[in-house]
Amino acid sequence: MSDSKPSYNIPIGPIHPALKEPILFTFKINGEVVEDLDFAPGKVHRGIEWMGMRRNPVQIAHLCDRICGICGVSHTLAFCRAVEQIAEIEVPERAHYVRTIVAELERIQSHLLWAGVAAHELGFDTLFHLAWRVREDAMDLLELITGNRVNYGIVQVGGVRRDITEDQFPKVEKTLAAYEDITKKLLKLFLEDTSIKVRCRDTGLMTRKQALELCTVGPTARASGLEMDVRLDAPYAAYGDLDFTMVLPDQYAGEIRGDVYDRIVVRLLEVVQSMSIIRQCIDNMPPGVVMWEQKYAKILATCKKAEGEAFGRVEAPRGECFHFVRMNKSESPEAWKVKASTYSNQMSWLTMLKNEQIADIPIIVASIDPCMSCTDRVAVIGNGTSGILTKQDLHRLSVEKTRRIQGC
Amino acid sequence: MSLLPAIPEVLRQFLKKPATNLFPAKYLPPSVTEFLQKAAAGEVAVHPPVETPVKFRGKITYDRDACIGCKLCTRVCPAHAIEFLPETKTVRIYVTQCIFCAQCNDACPVSCLHMSGEFMIATENRYSEEMIVE
Repeated sequence: MSDSKPSYNIPIGPIHPALKEPILFTFKINGEVVEDLDFAPGKVHRGIEWMGMRRNPVQIAHLCDRICGICGVSHTLAFCRAVEQIAEIEVPERAHYVRTIVAELERIQSHLLWAGVAAHELGFDTLFHLAWRVREDAMDLLELITGNRVNYGIVQVGGVRRDITEDQFPKVEKTLAAYEDITKKLLKLFLEDTSIKVRCRDTGLMTRKQALELCTVGPTARASGLEMDVRLDAPYAAYGDLDFTMVLPDQYAGEIRGDVYDRIVVRLLEVVQSMSIIRQCIDNMPPGVVMWEQKYAKILATCKKAEGEAFGRVEAPRGECFHFVRMNKSESPEAWKVKASTYSNQMSWLTMLKNEQIADIPIIVASIDPCMSCTDRVAVIGNGTSGILTKQDLHRLSVEKTRRIQGC
Repeated sequence: MSLLPAIPEVLRQFLKKPATNLFPAKYLPPSVTEFLQKAAAGEVAVHPPVETPVKFRGKITYDRDACIGCKLCTRVCPAHAIEFLPETKTVRIYVTQCIFCAQCNDACPVSCLHMSGEFMIATENRYSEEMIVE
């Protein structure tokens, strides 16, 4: 690692066994240390917004489920909240509680999935299998309530499509009781284990100031001590009625360092918190209907008449999920923009990975819980300038090329 | 044991039943396709899958006689999997295009569309007879 040795570049990706999703990293390496890095997302753009702008809001609700395989309900909830604001639809009280329960169950399964992946990245596969086995209970409960393990399809414009019935509550209660035992065990296994402590303490550091400057969101921000949680800052669904506080890593360790270990702490403590939120929801659940209007023809007609723009913000398991919708008295929205949480979080890689070792790259990259396909945009970069090409630009380029080939 | 707290948990796992359901057979057959063909012929027994919950959304079923041809299902289908047949005033559903959201079930005014519990519908031909419901 002496200064006389020249540094060299290593490209990793877009498809690489160490990465779960396609993204291209370029590391400037000197010896074992990452000196500088750059990354190029945009390899899995699927054009979901384009598809959405050709469909009506009732259809888009199910398209939203498929933006992210893990935090499906957060995207749907954010979109539906935006549309409900524009069309001035009032969601029934009980629907808010069902939405909260499903969103929190989703948080439990997402955080446990992440905990498993983190253990796997550290080479601790025993813990990976344990975390994923435990996660199955939350998945089974989601399947029971919504009908599907992923792509729940429960949230719709105007409420939720399925109520939680009386006979389901004992099963919810049973799963929560089982989780209370197992989370204690998981906290011990993850946070007291020497190998995890050695690998994660003071790895991938990000200070509170950096987290604020890089506009990070969700558990990544909270692990650096930045107090931000959409559930508390701008309560939606039933969160305004519930009693809970923000999870910060000093609640466990007594200090905030903003390293990978703190991110594990925040996520595992949030699993415990989610269980208490679900308990509160079940205890305070008001009776009544769960859908603003049962007839879909009326929902479609109301959305068609709506005019205006609004945004929906939801605290997804990975951080803030933001949907902007503009409706202009037509079947489909005039504009729909999705900002998944990874879009805000990914820039923090540049800070976290600098001066770290190559062996720590997988766990630091995984520590923000990246979800590339939710995030990807199409951007064209050339000659040092970047921009988005419109149809006219492409047409102009095409004409220019034809002329160039013809030589005129 | 705070040094290696995972060790007791690992030892406990040895005494427990596996968490995964061994499907379709206890050990992976050399060829899954051949195994399923044999199972269809009744030569080998398939290890049963995990039971689906009550609200499970599987392959769609369609009651052609009850349908009134209102086209509401085609309007709410996110995947454009439902085609309206004007001559008979019924619909045709392409199961390979269906995303199993059951939105059409909720929207149907005469409830002639339902989701069955059938989920083993993987196929190589998306226009085969079982993949088109009408």
